[in-house]
Amino acid sequence: MIFITNCAEAGWSKMLNIGITGLNAGDSPAPGVPVVRCLTEHPDWSGKISGMVYDALESGGLDRKLVSSVYLLPYPKAGREALLERISYVHKREALDVIIPNLDAELPNFISIREELADMGIRMFIPADEQFKRRSKVNLGKLAAEIGINTPKTRLVTDSSCIDVRQDELPAMVKGLFYDAMMAYTLEEVRHHVHKIASMWGYPVLIQQFIEGEEYNAALIGDGKGNMMAVAGMKKLVFTDKGKGWACVSIFNEGLNELAEQVVSALAWPGAMEVEAIKSKKDGKFYLIELNPRFPAWIYLAKAAGMNLPHLYLQLALGKEITEKMEYRSGVVFTNYTTNLITDLDRISTLFTNGEVEYYAKAV
Amino acid sequence: MIDISKLKELALSESGLIFDPTTGTIYTSNSIGLLILSALREGKEDLEIRNLILNDYDVGELTAERDLYDFYNQLRGSGMVQDA
Repeated sequence: MIFITNCAEAGWSKMLNIGITGLNAGDSPAPGVPVVRCLTEHPDWSGKISGMVYDALESGGLDRKLVSSVYLLPYPKAGREALLERISYVHKREALDVIIPNLDAELPNFISIREELADMGIRMFIPADEQFKRRSKVNLGKLAAEIGINTPKTRLVTDSSCIDVRQDELPAMVKGLFYDAMMAYTLEEVRHHVHKIASMWGYPVLIQQFIEGEEYNAALIGDGKGNMMAVAGMKKLVFTDKGKGWACVSIFNEGLNELAEQVVSALAWPGAMEVEAIKSKKDGKFYLIELNPRFPAWIYLAKAAGMNLPHLYLQLALGKEITEKMEYRSGVVFTNYTTNLITDLDRISTLFTNGEVEYYAKAV
Repeated sequence: MIDISKLKELALSESGLIFDPTTGTIYTSNSIGLLILSALREGKEDLEIRNLILNDYDVGELTAERDLYDFYNQLRGSGMVQDA
């Protein structure tokens, strides 16, 4: 049970300008496009969206129905100064009110410039560096032990010479620090997956005990004081070859929600998070698999089932009082589907060369 | 005797779709399965359920009973009911 304020009563009549990242909407979509849809489909929405992309071909950034303008950002490896300089430029053009970062790899840079952005008047509702690190895959075992929850045994591989998995520990999941997860059934597959993930995302690579069971996911918002403001549960119905949910159904599972609440309370988490857990077939217990520090790509399902978490996030980021009740419905199904987006080559080349494109002269 | 407390949490649709809102598991059932599930949820006893089957379907008593207990075993296997 959570509450949402009435924007008009709260004096929220200003046209907002929200910067959104993670706009790729391919076969393994990022959360940006569904976050935009959740925000702009809310009855109280008044504003425009500035897309922020790392590649001119991020498909959501090419959809003029979603974004009013698009800006190229420097890749995360360029560091905080490059990002700060770029956001400062975008802010001069757009007068951003809030930025919602939607990608794991960009968050460390956004966290490191949060104070400078706040001084400019740009709000974010993201964790501090310590909170971000405590929930990382590397530290998940330690966090789980501290708060008394289960998590699969995980070991860190920092170079290819220290892969010390035993035959009796198979199958195992091989995971990148930010992205990718592959199942390995043999020692040969473990080595192959470690090399493959390291070549894509670098070290460390994680080797995680495989827990046989059913996967459950929850999206949530924490208030930063240890309280979970809202939670939305999901079960995947149809999987992509990467194990992503292609079709999903909303669920209400008390065990999952309690797990999410424990995590939020322990971390005093501010903002969005996705909790991934497996209910073990062997002992019936939940095992925490990952804590993603952002909205999940399936967040539009939560909105369809009654929990518009991005809208709630926006209110909290703006410091609004939360007063109106939202209720979550189980049994709501969503499925991805692919379609074709038509755009001008000029628009893409302008984004490549100028680093920005404005679709509309005025806000829509 | 079987425990139907879990069964009462499930959502049944007229088309035979059974949804568990806590796990997201979806089952499908034919019309006779749906008739049995609905009767169990209403608290009907085995004999009453068997008679419902006999009323609606052209089968003998032995077949109806055998199919009913087979179906109970399927429900136990999927965790929808438990032995009391």
